[in-house]
Order: sequence, then structure tokens, then C-alpha cells
Amino acid sequence: MRAIDIKLWRELWGMRMQALAIALVIVSGVSIFIMSLSTLDSLYESREVYYRNHHFAHVFASLKRAPLSLAKHIEEIPGVDKVETRVVALVNIDVMGFPDPVTGHLLSLPDNSRGLLNQVYLHNGRLIEPGQDNEILLSKEFANAHGLKPGDKLRATINGRSKKLTIVGITLSPEFIYQIAPGALFPDYKRYGVLWMARKPLATAYDMDGAFNDVTLTLSKGTNPEDIIDRLDDMLKSYGGKGAYARKDQFSNRFLSEELKQQETIATIFPVIFFGVAAFLLNVVISRLISLEREQIAGLKAFGYSDLAVGLHYIKLVLMIVGLGLIGGLFLGIWLGKGLSNIYMVFYSLPFMLYTLKPQVILAAAFISMGVSVIGTLYAVRGAIKLPPAQAMRPEPPAVYRATLLERLGLQSRFSQPTRMILRHVERRPFKTMLTTLGIAMACGIMMTGSFQESAIDYMVEVQYSMSQREDLIANFTEPTSDRSLYSLQGIQGIEHAEGFRSVPARLRFEHRFYRTSVEGIEPNGDLLRLLDTELRPIQLPDNGVILTDYLAEILHIQPGDRLTIEVLEGNRPTLEVQVVGTTKQYLGVTAYLQRRALNQLLKEGNAISGAYLRVDKRYEDTVYAKLKEMPRVAGVIIHDTAIQAFYDTLAETILFYTFITTLLGATISFGVVYNSMRIALSERNRELASLRVLGFTRGEVAYILLGELALLTLIAIPIGLTIGYGLCAYMAFEFDTDLYRIPLVLGQNAYAFAATVVIVSALVSGYMIWRNLAHLDMVAVLKSKE
Amino acid sequence: MSQSDNKNVVFHAEGLTKTYQMGEVQVHALRGIDLDLYQGELVVMLGPSGSGKSTLLNILGGLDSATSGNVTYMDHNLVMASEKELTEYRRYHVGFVFQFYNLIPSLTALENIAVVTEISRNPMKPEDALALVGLSERLHHFPAQLSGGEQQRVAIARAIAKNPDVLLCDEPTGALDSKTGIVVLEALQRVNEEMGTTTAVITHNAGIAMMADRVIHLADGKITEVHSNESRLRPKELTW
Repeated sequence: MRAIDIKLWRELWGMRMQALAIALVIVSGVSIFIMSLSTLDSLYESREVYYRNHHFAHVFASLKRAPLSLAKHIEEIPGVDKVETRVVALVNIDVMGFPDPVTGHLLSLPDNSRGLLNQVYLHNGRLIEPGQDNEILLSKEFANAHGLKPGDKLRATINGRSKKLTIVGITLSPEFIYQIAPGALFPDYKRYGVLWMARKPLATAYDMDGAFNDVTLTLSKGTNPEDIIDRLDDMLKSYGGKGAYARKDQFSNRFLSEELKQQETIATIFPVIFFGVAAFLLNVVISRLISLEREQIAGLKAFGYSDLAVGLHYIKLVLMIVGLGLIGGLFLGIWLGKGLSNIYMVFYSLPFMLYTLKPQVILAAAFISMGVSVIGTLYAVRGAIKLPPAQAMRPEPPAVYRATLLERLGLQSRFSQPTRMILRHVERRPFKTMLTTLGIAMACGIMMTGSFQESAIDYMVEVQYSMSQREDLIANFTEPTSDRSLYSLQGIQGIEHAEGFRSVPARLRFEHRFYRTSVEGIEPNGDLLRLLDTELRPIQLPDNGVILTDYLAEILHIQPGDRLTIEVLEGNRPTLEVQVVGTTKQYLGVTAYLQRRALNQLLKEGNAISGAYLRVDKRYEDTVYAKLKEMPRVAGVIIHDTAIQAFYDTLAETILFYTFITTLLGATISFGVVYNSMRIALSERNRELASLRVLGFTRGEVAYILLGELALLTLIAIPIGLTIGYGLCAYMAFEFDTDLYRIPLVLGQNAYAFAATVVIVSALVSGYMIWRNLAHLDMVAVLKSKE
Repeated sequence: MSQSDNKNVVFHAEGLTKTYQMGEVQVHALRGIDLDLYQGELVVMLGPSGSGKSTLLNILGGLDSATSGNVTYMDHNLVMASEKELTEYRRYHVGFVFQFYNLIPSLTALENIAVVTEISRNPMKPEDALALVGLSERLHHFPAQLSGGEQQRVAIARAIAKNPDVLLCDEPTGALDSKTGIVVLEALQRVNEEMGTTTAVITHNAGIAMMADRVIHLADGKITEVHSNESRLRPKELTW
């Protein structure tokens, strides 16, 4: 081994603690990067494999009733691969000891099979045996929420008849990764569940022998689903088809895709910030390291080593440290990624998780960390190489300072000498000051994204459920019913007020753009459902014309005054043209609203309603639930309070975890940036500060010079950080906007206060550690040494 | 001019030893020093590297503590003093001049002095201190804009500006060429004569000894010889 390489190893060993500190910075940057990106890839990959292996359908359609023979014709549509018909119904479920109404989504399953398409994954228990009419499979979330297991029993009201069912297996399904009751906006595992039972008993109960009311298809490769959907819609039209839709519009899949898209946003923002900070710290530490080696560099040059050789020597040194960090980060990242993927596996109810680490992710991590450190090293080494050896071996000349801008503006007399030292030091290296400030600011900003989600969701719920939707319950009918049924509802003791609504699935079209949703006919002066304008004031719904959710108007590029085409996907499927008269602010879902009577007229039907919004006296809640369960017309009930509560319960953990991670990340970054900057400053200014101690300055007075700078930078960084945080939240809100929900950019004072507090506390902690370091200033040594 | 016993004793040291660990080796820097320094005298402590002269100066200046023995400054016991008392002692009584100047690079010449006078009880004006060392023209220059000799004169001005009772100089000309060194020594002598500040200069440069009232020779941590000069030479008359 060449002597210069032996030097390399010895020095690496000699500075092992410092090298370890640098390596740790790299480890954190690399591991976060690998963890985030590999988790995301794993999620995509696992979903893909899950869908493929379980034959998740490409096209879905539901209808009123069609003979099984139609399936043959569907199969003959060019491009269709497999077809499976089903009987599907919404039923009321009774779980022992749970009084609230529970909606069950009941699907038929061929005997002793997982189905042809959308195959269930058997988590535990067994499949339904042939001829067993009372056996069911139950979705895992619902089973867990109620502590149900194979062998347990529950009751379901199937087409008006109560039936006792035995759970034989607990399952997962690619069709119900996200389980949300029709009409609800949040998952509520206690009050909505998916059940599978044998086809025969189900068909018999609903008069579907030799018939079906639901069909799903897979397509052969390269087939455009839209073409198939058009053909299918034509075929199903006379059978009460409710409009076919593609996999991308399938509810569970859509929700999951949106969630993954959000994960993608987060998985890109955080590692980028973290890597940026790691790069900054690396640069600061390496620059300092090289400046301490100034004399050695001069020595090497004096012996005849070329600038290039010296440069390479230090790059090798740095690459060894970075390599160490990279390997450590890789392993830690994989470990964390696997852990996080498993958390997601449970969260999204995936039956398995295929951990996927793409080589390009590793390459990117290596490229970025090595690139950053080599650039940093070259920059620092260049300064040392430029000097002629003889000069480099003499003590470094005093650093060049000048009076700061503030002082030149005539404010000089206001500052004491130590304050001037702070200001001049800050201004002397504007780039470094800026980077330090930016680092602290980023930490502050990251933490705001944690509290942002919480306050945004609070605000969404507040607007949606206390200002717009003010009902206690929604009762959905099995089919459109005369509005006289409102009287029977109002007759139930405990129901104080009932408002009917008419809801039809429809395809809305404007110019070449279209969107599938439901059109809601509501009461013009309704008390339970109110439409709000952008200022959140109630809007008066006019006699004619339609009001759209603001986001829907954006999707369709339609404005008040334009005429909207409504292709109704129910009954005779009429196509209507209605003028848009306004938009309404809504954060959840997208819908078109008309007066209920106007919609009835357009549909050429009597005073029909699809369900009712109810206000209920809290004291009679349980009686009301029980009465509603007895009404055969009521298909399901949505209770908002409990739905919101359930949503918060599910979300609380996620939010808490997210807030914890962002806080930890933010605190680590601000501590890392502040503490490292101050450590370096202490090392650079050791001599200066020790001299002041010798001159009779107390530890406190000396600390002021260092910590004053820290305080100044922190105070500058906080408002910048709060602005960055606002920007990050705005970016996230923008990225997260979907037709399912829009996240309002709401940041409470506590979001700002929390972020600022954490930054201040971590600055105080690093300040305290620096204060302790100051006690060890070696006054004697520093006066003798040349630096 | 020789010092007589009736002069006030400023420093009194007795049986002073200092041992410290350097790597795996124990170094006996001082091996029993007995010494008195008198009011207003200029003393040169002469000795080769490792003779213990810097250690002695550091103990007298309250920068370091002795392993055993006793040192008093007037009525202050420096061996028993706490960290806080030593800081106060340095703040109000001692002026230091170092081999490498130790100026604050971010402060101008004037501000480097103000940084000390702002925390002193009875300081002179920083401008006056700089005038005393002949730097009235360079008040607003930063250290980076001053030559080595000028920086050292600023350091002397900074040391005397607080009107210290003693001035301790550690190799004040060590980093300077002889011509510049003489200018610096002249500044020191002027302060000693005009203000009567007790001054101790340590050096390994025997040529400087002739400007002192007394010369103390150190070797291997002990005082080997003390002699008084019959007459002090002006720095200009020194040769080295």
C-alpha cells in the first residue's frame, strides 16, 4: 500500500467519531429515500399482483334484472375475455349486542369457489360448502370491528325476511380494498360490511333464479374499456342497466389510487428535503475537516504531490465515509421500507406485500449522496490547494470582515461589540447563513404539514356536516317511492323532521367532457341539506336549473349560463338538458343539484323520492333504528355522527403517526442543522472565543456571541419556515385534490405555533449543548496554537 | 535602576508546582517556584522552550491552576479562586498580550479595544489607547487590513485600555521580524513607564532581557537565576 493510502486509512481511523457522524447524516438521508420510494413501489407492485392473481375485473355493471342467457351475448363482444354474473343486494344486518343499523353488501358466490372474477382471498376459515344456504364469508374489517370469527352467527334482513347466517370464513377481496357504504364518504367498519353467500339462496330471495343483477368482465389485452362499456350499456339498456364503468372508476380502486398518488407526493417531498439537509450538513462538516487539514495539504504539495493527487486523496477519504453511510442507509432503508410496507399491508387490507426495491432507486441514492459530497469536497479542497505551500503552513491570516449593511446605514452605535461580531459573522458568509436559515426553515415547514392534515380534515367535516349536511340520519330506500312515505317516517316517535330527496345515477356532459355521478333532487328550502356558496352562505335553489359542486364545474369546464346534458342511467334513461345556474362549495364528492320536484318532472314521474334526511331526537335513537330496520323499503341507514367518529378513530392513528413522523423529522433536521452549524462555528471560532474568555469575558458573555447568532438565525428562519410550510401545505392540498374530496388549505394558529415551538425547543437544546461545550474552551492551548 | 525590597509586592508565589498529563507522559512543567513581582517593574522571564515560563505566566494570569503551592495577587488567593473569581480577576486586573495577537477578526482596531473597555470599571478611551501605541491613523481597520506589528500593537492597546494592574505578555515579538518587534517593545515600555503598570514579558529571546528591570531565568520548571539590570536599554538599542 502506498504511504499516502496508509495515511488515508489512519486518518479515517483517527477521525472515526467525526466520520461516523457524517456517515450517520448520509444514513438518514439515504434510508428515508430508500424507505419512501421502495414502499411506494411495493404498494403498486403488490396491488398489481393482487389484482392479476385474483382476476380483478376490468368492467363493472349493475342492472335491474337480466336472464342468464344474456351472459353468453356479453361474452361474444369482441375484446371480452371472461364474464361473471352475480346477484348483489344491500341488506340490513343485525349483530348481537350492537343496536346501530348496519348495512351489508351481499354478493353471490359460486358454490365452494372463490368466484371466477374478483376472487376472494380466504384469510381464515373455509369456503361455502355446496347446498349450505346459511353460510357466509365475511370481510375481514367488519369481522375485526365486531370481533366475529368463523362459527359465529349474525342475522340479515334479506328482501324483507330475517335470516340467521353462519360465518364460515373471513376474507379479503380486490374489489373491496377500500370499504365504504354507498352514499357514505368515510369507511365505517362497524356499520358497513361485505358478505358473500351461495348464489342459490340469494337468487331465490330476490327472485333472480336464472337471472342476474350484476355483471363484471375482464378484457383481453389491448382492449379499450370505453368501447366495451358502450356495447355493454346498449345490451343492458332494456334490462334496467345503471351504466357500466371501468376499473379506474371502480370505487375501491379509485380511492386506493388517489391514496397512492398522495403517498407519491409525500414520498417525493420528504426525501428531497431530507437529502437536501444531509447534503448541506455534509458540506459544512467536510469543509471544516479540510480546512483543519490545511497544513497537511501544504505539506503534501511541498513534497511534490500534484493538486490533482491531493484532491483525489481527499475525495477518496470522503467517498469512503459516504460509502459507509450509503451501505448503512441502504440496509436501514430496506428494513424500514419492509416495516412500513407491512403497516400499509394491514392498513389497506392487502393479503400480501411484495417488497420491491428497484435498482434505479439505489442508484439514485448513490448518485445523489456521492455527487453532493464530491462537489462539497472539491469546493473545500480547491481553497486549500490554491495556496502556495509556504503560505499554507503559516497561520491562517485573520478572516476578512467588514461593517454590515445595518451599520453602514448608520445604526452602528446601537450595537455592542459582541452584537457587531454576530452581525458581521452572519453577513460575512451570506451563502452559508442562507443555507443554515433555509435548513431550519425547512424543518419548520415540514412540521406544518403534520398539523395541516389534521386541521384541514376538521374543517372539511365542519363545513360538510355542520353547515351543509345537517341531518342525523339518511335513510336510503330500496327503490324510488312516493313522497307520502315521508309521513310514515315522521310518524315514528323520535323523528322530528324528514326531508325527501331523489337521487339518480347519471352521466353529465358538456361539450366533449363528461362525468359520471348522481343527480340529486332536494327540497328548495331544506333545513337538513343546504347548499353553500364560496363564502359558506346558504344558496337559494331556484325553481329550474341545476347547481353543481364547484369542482364538478371545473372538471366539465362549465359555467353558470351554459346548458348541461344529463344522461340518466336509470329507468327509461332519458337525456335531459338543463341550464347551470350556479356552483356550490363542497369538499367531499361531486354532485349536481336540482329541486326535487323539477327532477321528478324531468323524469316524467310522480312525486318520487329515493330516501330521506332525518332529524332525530337523541333520546329515541335506538327506537328509531329499530323501527327503520323493520321497514322493508329502507335499504340502509347512514348515521353521520358515528360515521364521522368512526372515521376519526381510524384516521386518528394515521394522523398521529404522520404528525409524529413529521415532528421527529422536523426536530431532527432543525437540531441537526443548528447543532452542527454551531459546533462548526465553535470549532472555527474557538480561538476568538477563548481569547475573549482570557480577556475576562464570562462564559455567558462568550456564549452570547455564538448563541446570539443561533437565536438570530432561528428567528429569521421561523417566518420563512412558516411561509415554506404554507407553500408545502398548499402544494399538498393541490396535489391531493380529487373528485372524491378536496383538502381545504386551512392552517390554524396552532399549526404555526406548534412548528415554531418545536424549532425553538430544538434550538434551545442545541444551544444548551453548545453552552456546555463552552465550559471546556481551552484558554491556554488556544493561545499557543496557530489554529 | 534596581528594585528595592520596600516596593510593594504584587505577586507572591511559593513552592509552585504544575504537573499535567500529555498523552501518556507526565510533564512536570513547574517544579517548585518561589517568586515575588513588585509594583511597577518590568520583568523579563527568559528560558528555552519547555522551561515552564508560559505555564508560570498562565497561572499568574488566572488562566491555569497550580498543582500545589501558593500564589497571591495583592489580597487575591489565585489557587483557591473559583472559576467566577478568576474571570473577574482577569476582567478587572490583568492585561494580556499574546504571541499570535488573538484579535477578533470581525471587529475593527477600535472595536477590538472597545470590546474590553465596555466590560471594564475604569477604562481609558479606546482612541487614547491606540494613540499610545501609535495607531491613531488605523482606528477603523479590521485585523485583516493590518500588518503583524500593527495587530500586535492593537493587542497591547487592548491590554492596557482597561488600566490593568498587571500586563502579562507571552512572546509578544515571537511572530514578528526584529524591526517590527522593536516597535512593539517600545509600545510596551512606554506603557510601563507612563502608566506604571507592572509588566511581565516572557521570551526565549535573550536580547530582550536588557530592557527589563529584572530578568528571571527559567529552565526545567525551576528558577535558575534572577538578576537586576543596572540600567534599562531602550528597545532601539537592543539587538537580536
